[in-house]
Amino acid sequence: MNQYPGVIGRKVGMTQIFNADGTVVPCTVVEARPVVVAKRTQAQDGYDAIVLGIGERKEKHTSKPLAGFFKKQNVSPRRSLRELRCPAEYAAKYEVGQEVRLDEVFSEGQFVDVQGVSIGRGFSGVMRRHNFKGQSQTHGTHEYERHGGAIGTNMTPGRTLPGMKMPGQHGNRTLSVLNQRVVKVIPDQNLLLIRGGIPGSRNSLVVVRGAIKRRGGMPKSA
Amino acid sequence: MSNIAPILAGLEQSQIRTDLPAFRVGDTVAVHYRIVEGDKQRIQVFRGTVIKRHRAGTRGTFTVRKVSFNVGVERIFVTHSPRIEKVELVSRGVVRRARLYYLRNLSGKAARIKDAKDR
Repeated sequence: MNQYPGVIGRKVGMTQIFNADGTVVPCTVVEARPVVVAKRTQAQDGYDAIVLGIGERKEKHTSKPLAGFFKKQNVSPRRSLRELRCPAEYAAKYEVGQEVRLDEVFSEGQFVDVQGVSIGRGFSGVMRRHNFKGQSQTHGTHEYERHGGAIGTNMTPGRTLPGMKMPGQHGNRTLSVLNQRVVKVIPDQNLLLIRGGIPGSRNSLVVVRGAIKRRGGMPKSA
Repeated sequence: MSNIAPILAGLEQSQIRTDLPAFRVGDTVAVHYRIVEGDKQRIQVFRGTVIKRHRAGTRGTFTVRKVSFNVGVERIFVTHSPRIEKVELVSRGVVRRARLYYLRNLSGKAARIKDAKDR
């Protein structure tokens, strides 16, 4: 399980910036100003984690149980909450109510994994969902132009094989993009610039953590 | 710039160069472009007619066309790139279009652009 330090944030959109040597770097901007809302401990919950919250939630939109929880933690209501599993020592560094600063968690050049919910495209046909070619638009094709064609053989094996690509729900899935490089950290504006694309629409919630397949993705010198 | 998030607009604003001359489509410019080869770097000048300006903040580009040894050469530059040492405005041209793609089909005398000075 990914136990590396991370934050939750809001995807702002994509832009590009210039490197020192003038090359253009495409990057996604994430705004992250999370607050530690609660902690989970081995003694009480059986595991260690910190609960981060971002955004503001109006009082009238806060259910009474949730309002009670926020009041108990002495934190103003937050729109989105996520638990991040972490070692106990890391959790000990943060107090409930404390803001997580981006420059404490990430450094430039580091690798991160980004989790988000991909843009939903609803129930889509095979051309959009699996990049099928479809059929010919001419030569007498009739009501079969965006179909997928055959899905199996006749007698052998006499059934459609499992995993056949067919129409269905496309997008709106939780996805992670691994090993994206952090281009820039701007702690004053709570902005994180990540090279390349990340899942989700603009303003959607994303979870950014140290890259699990690169030992947290810290630069080699560190 | 109007329909992007204010945060992005702010980020991009900081990257925009203000030292470039205000050149337009049809103008003749000389672009001094820094080229890095290994650990050496030198400045190359590309001189030609601006046939397109893609105005998109920091993401904007412009295309310069010249005819070199009877071969048309076009180069697309990122307007705000730090690799552009400077842009020299050689002469202003008078054109009626925003995109001068028609120059590709013309050659010699027909491919000239009226100079703003002669007007």
